[in-house]
Amino acid sequence: MGLISNGTTLLDAGAIDSGIAQGSMQLITTLTASSSANLSFTSGISSTYKEYVFKYISLHAATDEAELNVNFSVDGGSNYNVHKTSTFFRAEHTGGGTEATALEYRAADDLAQGTGTQKILRTFSTENDHSGSGTLTLYDPSNTTFVKHFLARGNVIQHANDTSSVAFVGGYANTTSAINAVQFTFSSGNIDAGIIKMYGVL
Amino acid sequence: MAIISNAVTIADAGAFSASLGSMTLIKTLTASSSSTLSFVHGASSVVLDNTYPIYIFKFINIHPANDGSGVNFQFQGSVNGGSGYGVNITSTAFLSQHNEDDSNTNFEYKTDHDLAQSTDFQELANFMGNDNDQSCSGHLTLFNPSSTTFVKQWIANTNNYTGSNFSVNFNYAGYFNTTSAINAIQFKIASGAIASGAIKLYGIKDS
Repeated sequence: MGLISNGTTLLDAGAIDSGIAQGSMQLITTLTASSSANLSFTSGISSTYKEYVFKYISLHAATDEAELNVNFSVDGGSNYNVHKTSTFFRAEHTGGGTEATALEYRAADDLAQGTGTQKILRTFSTENDHSGSGTLTLYDPSNTTFVKHFLARGNVIQHANDTSSVAFVGGYANTTSAINAVQFTFSSGNIDAGIIKMYGVL
Repeated sequence: MAIISNAVTIADAGAFSASLGSMTLIKTLTASSSSTLSFVHGASSVVLDNTYPIYIFKFINIHPANDGSGVNFQFQGSVNGGSGYGVNITSTAFLSQHNEDDSNTNFEYKTDHDLAQSTDFQELANFMGNDNDQSCSGHLTLFNPSSTTFVKQWIANTNNYTGSNFSVNFNYAGYFNTTSAINAIQFKIASGAIASGAIKLYGIKDS
């Protein structure tokens, strides 16, 4: 039975009627860290959406100088080891009495057909009020013709002298298999706290 | 009759009162050996006016018919409903790139990608590859295109798998230097057709 208001069908067959304009960015999953070794999205990634957006919000590291990484899986999370070619550059500003700035490409943080994790934020601090936040966009992960492009941008307060560091990452997962799981880890230690939200964009 | 739950009006007068989200898909254009993909306000259900203050174009696996040098993904705007695409643009362009065999990295400003009061098409990616698995994805944000007071700012970010097996992260920003309303945007590849891929246009509500 439909729900009709003023002659317009709003709800029908268990869903908002197709004639009603809905928001195109839909929250699929929120994962909350609590001394977590990883945060892994192993469901909800399908051909329903051509774009997936991951928002990492106030991630806090358990270990000083830990770095936030991401990797992709084509087997539902059994393995995170897809080949990736990528770029990484950052801008930094150090305060705390040792004023310094930097803008540079980071060859140590890119990948050339590497199957290891892709760094997306550098050298976290464990101070109570320090954290890192940002966005990773993954394009068309279920496509079985093309590689899977990704773009990430995030900011972190680094361990030394309250440095603000913004990272810009771009690349592609060099596979024509569907990516169906995404995992976030720190290079050392746990994800002490914070959340990562996965959205699908219609 | 209003639908009220827990003292909150959910729907009334034929519309939802509760928010269904602020990002609205307006139009998807799918390439099929297409010379251009054009979003023209008022045509084919495209909205590109003062309905939204921000518009976002998403590029999903833009795949060129040709390969390599001169195969550049581009866009331009129109103030006359698509009769002509040639608004003055001033822009900046920089990139980071890295190839699959790890023999080359680069991070630089690209003077051959920027524009200075030019009516040329603006680059969004270059040296595209047409291997079966090669493509370009990314997004372009256009701010307040219907303003008749200000120039029209835009920001773009793409990642491209090039014909020479590089991953290239392009960052562009600039403005259409006009106080006329921009009411159409056209995308094309400088050499050859857009073999396949989709461009989605979204509007971001301001209330």
